[in-house]
Amino acid sequence: MKSATTNTLLARALIVLLMAITLLPFLSMLSAALAPAGSYPNGLQWPADPQWGNFVRAFEVAKMDQLLLSSGLIVLGVVPVAVLLATMAGYGLAKLTTDKYKWLYLAFVFGLTLPFEAVITPLYYEVRAMGLLNTRFAIILPLIGLYMPFGVYWMRAHFLNVPQDLSEAAQIDGATRWTEFWYVQVPLARPAIMSLTILLFLWTWNQFLLPVVLVQDPMQRTMAGALGAFQGQWGTDIPLLCAGSLLILTPTVVIFLIFQRQFVAALMQGAVKG
Amino acid sequence: MTENASSVPDARHQIPLPAARRGRRKSLTAWLFITPAFLFYAAFVLVPLIMSLYYSFLRWDGIGEARFHGLTNYITVLTDSDLLQIIGNAFQLVLYFTIIPVGLGLAVASAIRGQMNGRFGMATRTILFLPQVIPLVAAGIAWSWMFASTGLVNQALKSVGLSSWVKGWLGDFVWALPAVGVIGAWVLLGLCTMLLVTGITKIDTSLYEAARLDGARPWHEFRYITLPGLRQEIGVCITVTVIAALASFDIVYISTQGGPGITTTVPGLEIYRLAFAHRQVGLASALAIVLMVLVLLSIAPVQWFTRDKK
Repeated sequence: MKSATTNTLLARALIVLLMAITLLPFLSMLSAALAPAGSYPNGLQWPADPQWGNFVRAFEVAKMDQLLLSSGLIVLGVVPVAVLLATMAGYGLAKLTTDKYKWLYLAFVFGLTLPFEAVITPLYYEVRAMGLLNTRFAIILPLIGLYMPFGVYWMRAHFLNVPQDLSEAAQIDGATRWTEFWYVQVPLARPAIMSLTILLFLWTWNQFLLPVVLVQDPMQRTMAGALGAFQGQWGTDIPLLCAGSLLILTPTVVIFLIFQRQFVAALMQGAVKG
Repeated sequence: MTENASSVPDARHQIPLPAARRGRRKSLTAWLFITPAFLFYAAFVLVPLIMSLYYSFLRWDGIGEARFHGLTNYITVLTDSDLLQIIGNAFQLVLYFTIIPVGLGLAVASAIRGQMNGRFGMATRTILFLPQVIPLVAAGIAWSWMFASTGLVNQALKSVGLSSWVKGWLGDFVWALPAVGVIGAWVLLGLCTMLLVTGITKIDTSLYEAARLDGARPWHEFRYITLPGLRQEIGVCITVTVIAALASFDIVYISTQGGPGITTTVPGLEIYRLAFAHRQVGLASALAIVLMVLVLLSIAPVQWFTRDKK
């Protein structure tokens, strides 16, 4: 019994340590963000006269309102389409095909471990040929395609677990596959669709490589891409850089805190299945 | 919700179609469901991949005329000392990205060995997942500041009397790569810990009780119960972290730009530089294909060891 309690204490201590390590960089950024603009602050030192105004300045300098709009538009362009296409294909592969079409599924799965860097060069020439370079579509269209391996894999795994009786019942009732899909399968798949939506939202919002290569103007980029440009421009002004970075990561953190349970579940399942 | 499906009254009296015709119709429907996803996948993954492969046999500056270059680009990737060092850097990052999170995660999981409930559990999950939610770019900026000459790491070293250790970590030829590795470890630590903590609750506790009755030491419990029981979760952690290390780009781009020299340059960054700064599209593409194959080769044994033998 005694060893059990010391064990729990040790475990708690370890976890508190991990939490501290996780939070320290954020605290350090916050303390730097409150130092006088243009100064050289120290690692973690609460400033005598916190300059909350730095956040206002960073908001203006980074044009946060435009950035939010741009990221929002990109997410709206990518996530609903990607989720819909992945759900349809997942259903088609799980319920409508025989083993003869296993190769099609394997073709999708092949893309699961593909590093984006492996296709970024041809994507640049492809997007340029389409005349979409430096527009948000340069990020939106490729991302939909790049998410298909995971999305299809994810939704197919869900539909495989749906009992066959269900679609047979719908078929006997004379439903077309299309009505069965929308009125029977999609409502049942809501949890899987929700998790997929969360993951794709995060990956899109945080996407960096595509914006850096395909879009010059930070105002047409995702949040992460814009943050890269912000660092390039203000990298030497540490208080401003830290204030801007904190502002830029606030929206996802707020959404994460609201949907904490769903996010954690989605991220863990996403890792296990991916 | 199902009402609509049955609201076509005549349909249920329909004479069934001949089986063959129904089969053909079924596969046509299947194609209609799958094709849109496949078109996007083909257009933005498969075609670019084939183009990468094609470019990798060319000598091309991206503007002028391309010339067939045979296997020269691949030979360069596999013999050029700089490029080999760059590939080696990625594998060194694997050590940090994988071993630190998996090791610490295992330590925490086997110390807790139970569900984390209540407020403490929720606070833990929320905080440990923060690095997964923020962009890697933000993690890179935060840690660039941590490792800066006036940053927290040096401040801490000074406060414990190790002033001689104080340095600009990310600008140091020896320490920049380990510092980048620490950033990646920080990002992946929470995810791995939570996966392993959740995994360990699925191990039957009676196994531990039986082992204790048999007089097993903690180390034996860990070696013969915890490790095999967590095989699948460990496999997931290794897969995720190895891919994150080999295909890393964001963190390096932000924190060091690959420097000093090429001590922290990774293949992802070098592909970007070769293709868009040095205009060596062929060589960049060969490196891209090599990177893809290396990721596949590194992941395959992990998957094989941890998934099938259950």
